[in-house]
Amino acid sequence: MEKKGAEIIIETLEKKGVRLVSGIPGGSNLPIYDALSKSRKITHILARHEQGAGFIAQGIARTTGKAGVCIATSGPGVTNLLTALADAKLDSIPMIAITGQVASSLLGTDAFQEVDTYGLSLPITKHNFFIKNADEIEKTLFEAFWIAESGRPGPVLIDIPKDVQNQIIDFISMEDESRFEPKEEWNEEDLKKTAEKINRAQKPVLYIGGGVLSAEASQEIQTLSEKNSIPVVSTLMGLGAISSDHPLFSGMIGMHGAPCVNMMMEEADLIIVTGARFDDRATGKVDAFCKKASVIHIDIDKAEIDKIRKTDLYLAGDLKKIIGKLIPMIESSKRENWIQETEKLKKEHPMPFPKKKYHPASLIQRIGRELPDDAIIITDVGQHQMWTAQHYPFQKPRSFLTSGGLGTMGFGLPAAIGAALANPDKKIILFTGDGSFLMNIQELAVVHEWNLNITIIILNNRQLGMVKQQQELFFAKNYFASQFHYTPDFDSIGKGFGIRSIRIENETEEAKYFDDMIESKTPFLVEWMTDPDENVFPIVPPGKSNIEMIQE
Amino acid sequence: MKTAIIELTVRNHPGVMSHITGLFSRRAYNLEGIFVNRLKNTEKSRMLLAVEENEKISQIIKQLEKLHDVLEVSLRHDEKEELIRKMDEFLT
Repeated sequence: MEKKGAEIIIETLEKKGVRLVSGIPGGSNLPIYDALSKSRKITHILARHEQGAGFIAQGIARTTGKAGVCIATSGPGVTNLLTALADAKLDSIPMIAITGQVASSLLGTDAFQEVDTYGLSLPITKHNFFIKNADEIEKTLFEAFWIAESGRPGPVLIDIPKDVQNQIIDFISMEDESRFEPKEEWNEEDLKKTAEKINRAQKPVLYIGGGVLSAEASQEIQTLSEKNSIPVVSTLMGLGAISSDHPLFSGMIGMHGAPCVNMMMEEADLIIVTGARFDDRATGKVDAFCKKASVIHIDIDKAEIDKIRKTDLYLAGDLKKIIGKLIPMIESSKRENWIQETEKLKKEHPMPFPKKKYHPASLIQRIGRELPDDAIIITDVGQHQMWTAQHYPFQKPRSFLTSGGLGTMGFGLPAAIGAALANPDKKIILFTGDGSFLMNIQELAVVHEWNLNITIIILNNRQLGMVKQQQELFFAKNYFASQFHYTPDFDSIGKGFGIRSIRIENETEEAKYFDDMIESKTPFLVEWMTDPDENVFPIVPPGKSNIEMIQE
Repeated sequence: MKTAIIELTVRNHPGVMSHITGLFSRRAYNLEGIFVNRLKNTEKSRMLLAVEENEKISQIIKQLEKLHDVLEVSLRHDEKEELIRKMDEFLT
C-alpha cells in the first residue's frame, strides 16, 4: 500500500503502543504533524519549549519504564531539546526523540533552521540515526525503541529530512524483529563466589542505585537484604527502591547523605554495589571511599565495572535475574553484631532535622506522611531537591523523579507534567525552587490546558540557594551572582496562567492551606516563602572524603 | 610510549567515524592513528586504531563495545609492530 514517510512514522509509534507524544511543530516536521493529526490512538501534548517537550517525555518514561516520545523541528527545535537528551543519558532514561531535518537537497548548505543534529546529539544519546529513505523508517523506529529500553536504558534520536517525511513508498509493514540484549558476563562460578563472599563478610552493605529501579529488582534487593540482614544504603537515584521505613534501610549516601550512612560505609568490610556507578556526589573523594571494604559490583553496563573503583568481583548483567539466583545461595543470618552497630550509628548520627517548625524539611516530611504511598514526587535541582531526598519518606519504586546525573534546573515542571499525564490516578507533587522554576515556567500553560493533578510547591528563598550556600561555606561568604535583586510574584504568575495560586509566609498560613495541598486534584501553585539563610546539612565539601561532613 | 592496536568491525555509514572519534575526544583518550577500509562486498568496515597502551585501555574497549554500530572489538597483538611501522612509513 502506498504510504507517506510521515504516516509510517505515526503508524509505527502506534504499533509500539505509544499513546502520548510531546512536542512542538515547525517548518521541518510539519508532515509528521499532519499525519499525527489523523491518529486516533496518540494524544499530542503541545509543549511551549522543546526542552519542556523532552522533559515531559522523561516524566512519562521515569514513571512507566517505557520510552517517552517527543518531537521537535530542525535547528532551534533540536538545540532546545539537547538538555533533556543529555539529562536522559546521564540518568539512563529511555526516550525517543524524532526530529525534522531540512530537505535532503538543502543538507549541508546552511539552510534556514539547519543544524548538524546528528553531530550535536551524538555524545548525549545512547544512539542516533539519520534516515535517508522512507523505507528505513519502520525498521529504524523498531530498533530505536529496543535500543532505548534494553540493557542500560537511554535516549535515542532519529533525524528525518522533510522530503523523506513526504516521500511516498509502497509500504509493507514488517514484524519487529530487532532484539538487542546486552552481552552478560557472569556464570554460576561467579554467583558461588559472590554468595561465599557475602556469607563470610562481617560488615556487608548493599549500596543500591537507579539501576535497581530500571531493572525492577526492588523486591529481590529487599529479599536479599532481609535474608542475610544486610543494611541497604541508596544513592539519590535509587531512592524509593526500598521503603524508607524498612528497618534495614539506612538512608542516602554521599555529599548530602545521612551521617550514619557515610560512617557505615567507612566501617563496611564488603560493599555489594547494585545498579550504581560510583558517582562523585555519592563517593566523595574516591581514594578514601569505603577503604576497608572489598567490592562486588553488579551492573547491566560492563563499562561501569572498574571505571572508578576497582572491584574484587563483578557480575555484568540483569540485576533482577542475578540477585534472584543469588538469594537461595545466601545463608539466612541475623548478623546481630553488625546490625547492633549500624542501629547505634543510626541512633547517634541520624540525618539532622531542623529545630524550626516552619522549615522546608519539616514541610516536606509532613506532606510525605499525609500523601498516599503511590504519590509521585518530583523535584528540580538545588537545596529543595536535597531536602526532599533527605526527608521525604519514599515508599515505592518510581515515586521520586529527579535530575540526578546532569542536575538540570528546569527539569521539574515538565517532568511533573509527563508524570501526571501518564498517571492520571496518582497525586503529583512538584517541589521546586524559585531559581529552577523560572527555567521552564512557560510549561504552566500545559498544566492549565490539561487540568493536571499537580501541586507545585515553590520553596522561594529569592536566590540560587545551593550556590549561595557553597559561597558561604567555601568562598568566605563572597556572595556573587547568587542572590536575586528581583524575584517575580509567583502567586500572580500562576494566576496569569489560570492556575489557582497562593502564597504562604508563616506557620499559620501553612496550617490554613496544608490540607488543600494534600487533597487538591487540580492544578495548584503554592509559593512557600523560605528563610534565605537556611542551608542543606550535612554537606561533604567537594573533593573531600565522605566522613568529613559539615553538619551545621 | 607503547602503542596498541584496537581492531574494530563497524557498520559502514557516514556517521560511524564520528561515533568512534567522538568517543575518544569526550572521554579524553588519546587517539594516535586511524586506518579504515570498507570490507569488500559487505556493509561493514574495518578500523584499526592506534592508541597508547596504558591502564585506560580496557575502559576504552568496553566503551567501544557499547556503541551500536560497533560489531566486533579486539586488541591486536599479532604483527602489531609491523603494522605500525608500515603505517608510519606510509604516512611520514
